[in-house]
Amino acid sequence: MFRRVLRLGLTPGRPNRGLRTRRGGFILDWDAKVSDFKKKIECMLPGKQWGMPYDTSYLPPKQSDVVIIGGGILGLSVAFWLKKMESSRGAIRVLVVEQDHTEYLAVVDAPLVDLQFNPSGCLLLASEKNAATLESNVKMQRQEGAKVCLISPEQLQNKFPWINIEGVALASYGMEDEGWFDAWSLFQGLRRKVQSMGVLLYQGEVTRFITSSRQMETTSGEQVVLRRIHEVQVKMNNSLEYQPVECAVVINAAGAWSGQVAELAGIGKGLPGTLQGTKLPVEPRKRYVHLWHCPQGPGLETPLVADINGVYFRREGLGSNYLGGCSPTEEEEPDPTNLEVDHDFFQNKVWPHLVQRVPSFKTLKVQSNWAGYYDYNTFDQNGVVGPHPLVVNMYFATGFSGHGLQHAPGIGRAVAEMVLEGQFKTIDMSPFLFNRFYLGEKLQEYNIL
Amino acid sequence: MAAPRAFLRLGAREWNGRARAIHGPREPVTPDSNQKRRTLLQFLSDHFHDVQALREYLLQKQASRVNWKNRSFPNIQQKYGPDVTGALFILKQGGAVKFQDKEWIRPNERGRFPTEFLTFREVPVEAVDASGCAINYQGMSNLLPLKELRSLSLQRCPNVDDWCLSRLYLLANSLQELSLAGCPQVSERGLACLHHLQNLRRLDISDLPAVSHPGLTQILVEEMLPHCEVFGTDWTRGPKLEADCP
Repeated sequence: MFRRVLRLGLTPGRPNRGLRTRRGGFILDWDAKVSDFKKKIECMLPGKQWGMPYDTSYLPPKQSDVVIIGGGILGLSVAFWLKKMESSRGAIRVLVVEQDHTEYLAVVDAPLVDLQFNPSGCLLLASEKNAATLESNVKMQRQEGAKVCLISPEQLQNKFPWINIEGVALASYGMEDEGWFDAWSLFQGLRRKVQSMGVLLYQGEVTRFITSSRQMETTSGEQVVLRRIHEVQVKMNNSLEYQPVECAVVINAAGAWSGQVAELAGIGKGLPGTLQGTKLPVEPRKRYVHLWHCPQGPGLETPLVADINGVYFRREGLGSNYLGGCSPTEEEEPDPTNLEVDHDFFQNKVWPHLVQRVPSFKTLKVQSNWAGYYDYNTFDQNGVVGPHPLVVNMYFATGFSGHGLQHAPGIGRAVAEMVLEGQFKTIDMSPFLFNRFYLGEKLQEYNIL
Repeated sequence: MAAPRAFLRLGAREWNGRARAIHGPREPVTPDSNQKRRTLLQFLSDHFHDVQALREYLLQKQASRVNWKNRSFPNIQQKYGPDVTGALFILKQGGAVKFQDKEWIRPNERGRFPTEFLTFREVPVEAVDASGCAINYQGMSNLLPLKELRSLSLQRCPNVDDWCLSRLYLLANSLQELSLAGCPQVSERGLACLHHLQNLRRLDISDLPAVSHPGLTQILVEEMLPHCEVFGTDWTRGPKLEADCP
């Protein structure tokens, strides 16, 4: 009793409504639920067969207000902001479903998350062709308050003697608050925080949506079919068991697999050229990252260097190790069905450009490689944020083609605002809505690494 | 009783005018910090939402106190200029300031300092000693307009971290002496941004607990700043040998 009184005082928002029922109105299959409940009560009575249900704590809950498909950085960010912006503690139940779950032992009362931020800046190089784009980009960034500056090739040579300025017309360098950080620690820290806020994290695969649809008429008299998702069926890994989760809102943050999840909801099933027939153009693309060792390489002051042709590298740790890679062109796209690394890719496509830009990289030795998926947006390489016009309770937070990590906090907040308040409040993300695929308006992103 | 002592251990305390690091979940990042001894308050907050809410509130108060100390002074800046504003900021925090051709101005034990520097016109600040002050990223904005600053000492500042070091490039033209000894949040990643300070002649990076390899870091920093004398590791103490080394 005491605790409730204290909580009324300390937490913001309306006080607990107590025993008032949470939902009213339309419930799917009410009669079957009532007969189910009657059967359970019957087996508890003395004299009947004990058929109480077994332990199902490994299954996700039967109901949840918001189901987030995809437990990557974007999904967790949306979960974080939903919980942060809720009106009273425990007001919104959030469930995050992730397919691939590498368990990490949580540390109780762990120290503050150390992101290992390296504020060494990013150095973007541009040739004659791209110099004008770079200049206008830098101007726009400076207007927003970013501390970047343009450097000429001579100044570049003075600052970084190990660089070869052939072919460079202009460079942009971040002086302050720019660099790289450890994505894994951000991910783990966000997971811990989100779990402490009461979000449920479960492992499973979303195999089916139970939806209902109805015909509606737009203001101009056209007939449209609006859909609503009522249940998400989550299948457990390595078994046929599945749990139907009733939900109010579904958020598609499934990264490279967002396209498949969208198809399950019926997005894109229609005549091509219509809004029903517009698919979510996000598909998985494989990208390699290489780690190499070069004892005579650039020193401690090395920024993240992004070369003209898409090759990038940065310093890793203190032991003359460097990390880098390159985005292949459309023709050379590797097969995304597996995560096998093609070692010739580095030899033929990445190394020549590295040596040309930094001659001391001639003596490098590759230590390891790995591959990962980009949630590549084939339309304009920029993300999709916000609700779908026809499936009314599905929201997207995907398609950032490799830039999802840096945008995650902002996107999470935008989607949470959209879900809780119906519109974008802090930053207007309406250019990122799904409608642009139907209308054909591209929001082109040029600097894909 | 244990509870009041646990409360005492909770917040940032100011002993002799110097700020201590904020306790609680915000502990200094050390490479090999093992589980710290739990206080009664930490134990209670694990089990009761109310105690947790109270603890969060108190920590929030601490953080806002630090932010208040690091506020900017727009009126003073307009009236007296950036040098006097910077000096006032440092003196209020408990540090010492030296104007060009004048003596060091320090606050006494009760935090009072002489205010004659308010009458100085166009006299630049030459040296700042901010040892043990609660200066943080926001507060650095008061120091950065001091274009003739030659010596800056940030020893044992608990809130100076890598982000703050990335702002020091604005003092590159004049800064000749910098000391970061004993700062618990500075790591080698922040030291990498010091390459902008080409006029630096003395750099002290000793006793930085967050730097993982102090010897190697010192060598790399020396390579990065060829004209600068770097003080860090005590080379007279040989490498640590294991007991059963043949």
